[in-house]
Formats: sequence, structure tokens, C-alpha cells
Amino acid sequence: MVEMVNRPYAGAFEKFAVANPDVLCLSADLTSSCEIDGFRDRHPEQFLSLGMAEQNMMSFAGGLGLAGFRPFLHSFGVFLYRRPYDQLMASVAYPRRKVRLMGFLPGITTPGGMTHQAIEDVAVMRSIPNMTILETGDATEVESICEAADSIDGPVYCRVLRGSVPRLFDTPIEVGRMRELAMGEDVLVVTSGIATEEALRARDALSGAGVSIRHLHINTIKPFDPQPLLDHIASVKKGVVVLENHVIDGGVGSLVAEIMAENAVGKPLVRLGLRDTYAHGGSRAYLMKHYGLDAAALVAGIEKIIGAKTGITEDALAVARVDAVHSAVKAEAL
Amino acid sequence: MDNRKSTQDVALGIRRRVFEHSMRNNGGYLSQACSAAEQLAFLYNEALNLGDPTLPAIPKPFAGVPRAGNDEYVTGAGYNGPFEPQYDRLFIAPAHYALVAYATLIETGRMAPEGLEMFNRDGSSVEMIGAEHSPGMEVHNGTLGIGLSTGAGLAWGRKRRGETGKVCVFMSDGEVQEGQTWEAVQAAAHHGIDNLWALMDVNDQQCDGAMDSVMDVRDIAAKFRTFGAVCVEVDAHDLDALRQAKAEPHEGQPLIILARSSPTHGMSFLQRRFPRLHYVRFKTTEERDEMNAAIAEELGIQPVELEAH
Ligand SMILES: Cc1ncc(C[n+]2csc(CCOP(=O)(O)OP(=O)(O)O)c2C)c(N)n1
Ligand SMILES: [Mg+2]
Repeated sequence: MVEMVNRPYAGAFEKFAVANPDVLCLSADLTSSCEIDGFRDRHPEQFLSLGMAEQNMMSFAGGLGLAGFRPFLHSFGVFLYRRPYDQLMASVAYPRRKVRLMGFLPGITTPGGMTHQAIEDVAVMRSIPNMTILETGDATEVESICEAADSIDGPVYCRVLRGSVPRLFDTPIEVGRMRELAMGEDVLVVTSGIATEEALRARDALSGAGVSIRHLHINTIKPFDPQPLLDHIASVKKGVVVLENHVIDGGVGSLVAEIMAENAVGKPLVRLGLRDTYAHGGSRAYLMKHYGLDAAALVAGIEKIIGAKTGITEDALAVARVDAVHSAVKAEAL
Repeated sequence: MDNRKSTQDVALGIRRRVFEHSMRNNGGYLSQACSAAEQLAFLYNEALNLGDPTLPAIPKPFAGVPRAGNDEYVTGAGYNGPFEPQYDRLFIAPAHYALVAYATLIETGRMAPEGLEMFNRDGSSVEMIGAEHSPGMEVHNGTLGIGLSTGAGLAWGRKRRGETGKVCVFMSDGEVQEGQTWEAVQAAAHHGIDNLWALMDVNDQQCDGAMDSVMDVRDIAAKFRTFGAVCVEVDAHDLDALRQAKAEPHEGQPLIILARSSPTHGMSFLQRRFPRLHYVRFKTTEERDEMNAAIAEELGIQPVELEAH
């Protein structure tokens, strides 16, 4: 059984911020939902409540950056770029302020429906000059996201997991370095965020079916050094499958596609994610299945690449974890 | 719709349903029923001119998002009656009030009680955060602060077309922290949009707790007036006061009714939770049992039968 860590961000942020007095904790009325309620109560002098007013918070953070502080903004991912996009551009990204955007509930990890689901955030952030993008895929990455983000000389957007998070890795995020989780030679599987856990669910079934998988986990989406990826693509016989908790346009799948095209890599690529559609409200497991973001979808993508059925059935995939929507580990509200 | 129940009874029914639902589901947006029951009852039961529902009493499952070729797609507006010139439209701007809004639909005979059983179930259209396709929702509002602008645009358009139906936006006070709310009032006043009115649940609460501790919004009535609206402040739990406020003349200006509410009205037990009331959850089985007994008694019903937790 995989170890589950409860609210890894809460302790990690507190430890980091306390050791770094120029780090400020900003919140937009989602304090417990972003696991910084304990920090607010214990370190009020380092905490700034900005209310439900994200546009103001974004430019305000730009000003704090100008004053030499390194603000960490906490909200759901969607509220850190959709409404305050113009402010993000002018007050933060252009002047390269050291503003750290901590975006919780990435993609379909929220039951809140379209208005709460950041499904195109990576695409948006990838197209913003000066922006760095990090994404957490397990508890260890969440625990190390503050150091990683704060090591960036400029603005950074992070997709942060909250609540009960599995521990998949035992080493912290190293910015710019992908994780090599399997070194097989038939198909290259590239995943980020929660998609990595899905791919791991399919691991045993795939090896049982005789498919040799090379698996990369991406935690630094931008900037991205293409060479290691190209080397891995060169090492597999068949092709590449990317699975991400995001629309297939503009995210990690697009990143891989661009690198392959620019380097004339003539191998097939399958991009898995939301296909030009909004999602709706529902549990994470349901949404992953409904929109083809789960282990079964990955197996189907791999079958497309190898041009054969693996015979892997739903039952052969490791059991998906199901968090009760109202379970105790889930932070208040949404 | 004929008013089979008194508005007072509808309000009580809303509290009972939201309470029962929250007990069974280990928590919920319970305090919003306390603060807003009279307001939503008032809107649906008497203030709005709505036609009979055009959608089935038992909501259909989620039929996909808007997309070219998806002919199945419908918004939840049909639960508020047909989109005809003489009828009013209603937007529930704080979409997390959906549970309270669904309970209101049931109490006013616009949705079957089965609808609430589908709340937050996978594949259901009765979503936790009301979506555009959820019963009674006409547009997406889960990102707070956009409702009044959409309402103003719709109202302007209806006025231009000579339609007599009005546009009402039910709002939450957290929305006044968003700049867009003020841009909306400014535009509505500038263009003299007087077929627009808003009823705001001023419960002084938001996710992080009491609003003045999170981001003080000060005298919002004065602000609304300065921005060009006619603004009336009333006790949210006094139906006659709501009726009077609705009758306030506002020619050439939008009307904003600030309904000053208590987030524990009708469920005094919740006072123990002050100031963290946005989403009420039970910390222990004992607490849940205690709450079940106390609130049921205050609402005049039997405690909700619960399976072992
Ligand atoms: C633009 C936006 N920012 C943040 C949120 C998250 N959120 C949902 S409800 C809420 C509290 C808003 O206050 P109010 O509606 O008055 O809440 P209540 O009285 O029900 O506690 C927040 C911050 C949101 N839905 N939209
Ligand atoms: Mg409120």
C-alpha cells in the first residue's frame, strides 16, 4: 500500500516560510482550503489576508516584490490566472517579480465544475514570457515545492496537491530534472501531476502483458531542456504517450509534440487529456474515467502506439484510490 | 405557479431539507440555508413572475457541456420557467448556495424531492457548486462576482427589446470584495438599467470567517448608493420588510436590497461554530448526534435517522 500523507503542504510551507522572513503568505479567502490556516494562526505577522479579490492580490503581490518580498499567493489554481490574468502579465510576469503562485486543485481534482477546474492553466502559463511552471505529483513533491518555487529568479506558477496525497517519491523536486520511473524500450510514457499515479497503476499490468515501458515524470514544465527527453524518445522502439490532467492543447502533450516536431523525430505520439472540452462537477475518479484521464485510457493510448491489444482489463489495473468527497482529510469548503 | 405554501412555510421547508441533507452527507452549506431561506423563499414564492417549469421534475443526468453538435445540452433555466418576454429571470450568483436553491425549487413544486438525492452524485446535473446546467441555474456563476454584470447585460437587452420581464440577481456579500461587482453597478446606473434588481444575503460571512476579519468592506449601502443604485437595507428574516424593500421605487436605477441576515438563524446550535460557518462539517459522531438532536428540535422535526458512521 502506498503511504498517504495528510496535508503535506501545511507543514512544508510553515517550515519554509518561518526560515525565510522575506517570504509572505497571501490568501484570498481560501485559507483552510489551501492548508495555510495553521500558518495564519501561528504567524500572523507573515500572513496577509486579501479577501476574495484576486485581481488586487496579484498586483499587490507585484508591489511586494518591488519592495523585496517574495509573496506566496494561495488560492485555487483557476483564481490565480483566469480573473487576474492582465494583472499577472503587467504586475508580475513582465517585471519578473519573485511572486510564487500556489494553485491548488489543479485540473479535475475539484468537484466544483467548470468554474473551479484549472484545465488550461499550463497552456496559459507556458505562453507567458518569464514564467516558470512546476507541478507536484506526490507528497514529497508537495513537501519540496516551496524550496523549489523560491529558488526561481522570477515568477513561478505551481500546481499543488492538497488533502490526502500519496507518497510516490523519496527525493525532493530538483527544478529542471525529470524523474525516470521506468527504463523500458517499447513505449515512452510521459506524465505529470496526478497522471503519474495513474500510470503507476498500469505498470504491473503492462509488464505482465509484455509491454516494456519507459516512464518519465515531469515536475518542471517550463523551462524545459529538450535533450534528455529526446534521448528517451530515441531509446524506445514504438512511440510516445503523454497523459496529463489538463486539456491536450498547450500542456505537456503539446510540449512533447513541439520538441518532437522541432527535432524531426518521426515517431508516433498520443496525447491524452481533456480533448477540447470543459469538464463538469464530480468526483476525481469519475471525472478521470469519464474524460479519459485514467490508467485505462493510458493503456488504450499505448495500444494505439503498439498497434495491438494488450488484453489488459479494468480489473487488472491496480485499484484506484477513492477519496470520499466529504472525507475528514478534505479541507473545508471546496 | 399558484402559491400553495406560505412563504414562511417555504422558508422553514428549505431549512429542514438542507439540514436533513447535510446530516446525511456529513456536512454541507448549512449556514447559507439559515441566512438565505427567507430570501429564496420570497423570490420563488412571491417576488418573481416565473412561468411553470419547462424541464422534468426529476432532473435528467448531466448531458455534456456546450459544444457544437451537442443538441442535448440545456441550462437549468427551465426550472425557473420559460424564457418568455413577460417572465422574470433569476441568477443565483453565489453558486455554492445551490443546495439552498435546490431545496427552494422542491418547496415551491418546481423540482421533485428526488432531485436532492442526486446532489453531488457522479454524472448528475444537480451539482454541488451550481453549474449552468443545474436545476434553477441559468448561467455559470461559481466564479464569484460575475453574476450582476451578466444580469445587467441581460436586463439592458430585454429593455431594448421591449420585454416586460425583469432580471433579478441573488448575490452574496463576499461578492462585494470583487471589483467586478462595482463595475457592474456603475454600468447599470450609467445606462439607467432599472429592470434589474439584486437581493444580497449579507450574512457578514465568507470562507475564512467573519468578513470584517478577512477584508473589511465597510458601509456597502453607502457605496452602492454612491455608485448609482437605489439601495435598501432590511432584516433578511422579516418577510414584510423584504416585500417593502422590493416595492422601493427605482426608476432609472438598479435596485439593490441588502438583506442583513444571521448565518445561524433557525439553527442556533451553529452559533458554536461561529465564525467558521461557510461549510459545516461534523468533527465527531458525538457532535453530529448532538447537532442532529438540537437542530431537529428547533426546526420542529424528528432527528434525521443516520446509519452508523
Ligand atoms: C472569484 C472567486 N474567488 C474565490 C472563490 C472561492 N469562494 C467560494 S465561496 C467564497 C466565499 C465568498 O463569500 P460569500 O459568498 O459571502 O460566502 P458565505 O457567506 O456563503 O460564507 C469563496 C472565496 C470563488 N468561488 N470565486
Ligand atoms: Mg457571505
